[in-house]
Amino acid sequence: MMESIAGLQLGFSHALTLGNLGWALLGCFLGTAIGVLPGIGPALTIALLLPITFKVEATGAFILFCGVFYGAMYGGSTTSILLNTPGESGSIITALEGAKMARNGRAGPALATAAIGSFIAGTIGTLGISFLGPVVVDLALKLGPAEYFSLMLLCFVTVSAVLGGSALRGLTSLFFGLLLGLVGIDLQTGQPRMTLGVPELLDGVNVVLVAVALFAVGETLFLAWRHTNAAPQVRQVGSIMMSREDWRRSIGPWFRGSLLGFPFGVMPAGGTEMPTMLSYYAERKLVKPEHAKEFGTTGAIEGVAGPEAANNAAAAGILVPMLTLGLPTSATAAIMLSAFQSYGINPGPMLFEQQGALVWTLIASLYVANIMLVVLNLPLVGLWARILKIPQPQLYAGILVFATIGTYGISNSVTDLVLLYVIGIIGMFMRRFDFPTAPVVIGMILGPMAEQAMRQALTISEGDWTTFLTRPVSLAILLLALAALVGPRLYGRLVSRAP
Amino acid sequence: MPGRRHLLAAAAGLLAASRIGEARAQQRLASLYMFIPAGPGGGWDGLGRAIEQVARQGSLVGSFQFENVGGAGGSVGLPRFVGQRRGRPDALMVAGSIMVGATLTNKTPVGLKDVTPIARMTEEAGVVVVPASSEIKDLKGLLDALKANPGGTSIAGGSAGGTDHITLGLILKALGRSAKEGSYVAFAGGGPAQAAILGAQVKAGISGLSEFAEQIKSGRMRALATTGETRSDPAIPTLKESGIDVVMTNWRGVFAPPGIRPDARDKLVALITELHDLPAWKEMLKTRDWDDAFLTGDAFSAFLTEDVQKTEAVLKEIGLA
Repeated sequence: MMESIAGLQLGFSHALTLGNLGWALLGCFLGTAIGVLPGIGPALTIALLLPITFKVEATGAFILFCGVFYGAMYGGSTTSILLNTPGESGSIITALEGAKMARNGRAGPALATAAIGSFIAGTIGTLGISFLGPVVVDLALKLGPAEYFSLMLLCFVTVSAVLGGSALRGLTSLFFGLLLGLVGIDLQTGQPRMTLGVPELLDGVNVVLVAVALFAVGETLFLAWRHTNAAPQVRQVGSIMMSREDWRRSIGPWFRGSLLGFPFGVMPAGGTEMPTMLSYYAERKLVKPEHAKEFGTTGAIEGVAGPEAANNAAAAGILVPMLTLGLPTSATAAIMLSAFQSYGINPGPMLFEQQGALVWTLIASLYVANIMLVVLNLPLVGLWARILKIPQPQLYAGILVFATIGTYGISNSVTDLVLLYVIGIIGMFMRRFDFPTAPVVIGMILGPMAEQAMRQALTISEGDWTTFLTRPVSLAILLLALAALVGPRLYGRLVSRAP
Repeated sequence: MPGRRHLLAAAAGLLAASRIGEARAQQRLASLYMFIPAGPGGGWDGLGRAIEQVARQGSLVGSFQFENVGGAGGSVGLPRFVGQRRGRPDALMVAGSIMVGATLTNKTPVGLKDVTPIARMTEEAGVVVVPASSEIKDLKGLLDALKANPGGTSIAGGSAGGTDHITLGLILKALGRSAKEGSYVAFAGGGPAQAAILGAQVKAGISGLSEFAEQIKSGRMRALATTGETRSDPAIPTLKESGIDVVMTNWRGVFAPPGIRPDARDKLVALITELHDLPAWKEMLKTRDWDDAFLTGDAFSAFLTEDVQKTEAVLKEIGLA
């Protein structure tokens, strides 16, 4: 504890120089910009910035990289909310309620709660890095494939929150997602599955692509199909500021989301997607009865505040195994580790001792970047929200162009563009026949992760299925999943039976 | 007046130096297209960019153009390089042992036989480790466990069919067991695999030495053996000297497109040889901690054929190829 405070003091004394503040500002700005674009994520951006490591000293370069990393997390929610076009997988869930709020004249509060939630989560996450890092990472290492599989089963329960009116339609969507998730090379055997001989499919279908195709392209095509010549209706932008009511409804989700997100980020196979799903589910279940009907209809602010906070706290958590053990648990962390190596620094368990000044400066700059980002993003809310004043036909044409460019940016491949429109057309029909699209994306994210974790666990246990029940943590998570699945129904039955 | 004389001498020296510089600065290629069948920031990308840096310093090549097409151990990029660059004398692709295994398991119609081998540049030995808390103290302990019960001795590493998996297969074969009996747990990327070993979720792990080096140094993992021909780390024995006749390294090299003329191929070999002889390349190998594994032309082709055969045999036995 005392060491951490001394370290932070040292870190801030380095981070608050004019030059380093400049790097942080540049990083935040760049990060916000690339976060807004779908397809181009922080990993690719930092990879493209790697050559600066030949010219710029280590501290400046890492402050820049961290600014990009945090900035992308802020920017990712913007297009999710405004255009229903998530920029990265962690903000897919944000789009569920966020885009509905925007459509109902509440874009301003949705963007504001995302920005402030990101700030709170980023700060809680950075506090976690500073004070809890080594402790939580040792706990996270105790989780093996069996526990991860159970966690993913728990996340599957959250699908029930987005199934919509018909369970049959919802489950069909889920299985379509599971099917899409199977495409590509199987990690445990190296064998290609359902690639139809197309080399581009060997690496699987990108989940951001599918989300953009179903949410944005499908929606646009549907509107074009059903277009009537009625007077073009201009959307209401509504109030930009969050009302007192909005604040009251956001605070709980911000903190719950942050506390949920950080541990998932620290887990070596955790990531940012699972906590956003769990946070969405929790908020949907915990919402006050008078606001419950807003979920899935006009958009509930809790459904933006919680997942967005969870996403950012998880992003901060990802830095913990990287800094304390040298483990790259995400693409971005892997690129940052290779940047360490080009300075001749070998990141590992001894990084804090050998490069204390650098690491603490980096952590201090995360606090700085977080403040810069909220200051940078809040005034932008009004500007962003004004995009919705564009008349619908032009706005949707713009979304289509934007989605196409972003998708091409993922891997410069024409195959991806074909996929975007094929899945977009499927999305159009799903919309027409009332199939919910969110279960597709959830199935696609969780399916492959759950499959690999299950098979890893079974390889380790020599095919013994009881491994999921005999490991105490795994059993506890499974029981929790069971409770989440049947608990609300039992409770509902009990309540209705009471006189 | 000592200054003037020195000045003159210095000027003469400068002139001579610049002439030497000129002689060395004979440009071999005006431009070179460098294809990386992996994302930016990885090992292949690192080798490609290192070649660019040294070739530019030595003025061997005027300008470089890079393209990264990542995915599936190079299986996504390779067909594109073969299709789009056929016959081009000024294109190179970075690839290595990972691609040998990947193209075999993925059953892609194109493989390394479809490109023109130019040179093997670097290699990295693998290392067999156990968690620090493991009851296995040395290589013999692990080998005994593997021999007695290969199914119960779970071993973590990179993607299935990759270098780590092949190494395990070769070890099992050397022990007189079948490669198929191994209990190999594939992880996507070094982070999750390291986490599984550090958390003792698996009995042991195999991966590149550089990937585990810091964990070994800090005492969180115990290194049992390296997989090179000679010791990579003086403190860690090789498999070979421990009586297991297995040598397996992760090598990286450069390839030209298919269908190029023999003189174009020779020109590229000469260019890479010249690059390899520059002091700046030696410097680069040292800073990046790469082992020099320079091999060109027919010797490289012969090595490649052997490597493919060895890999294919193991993969067939495991049932993946």
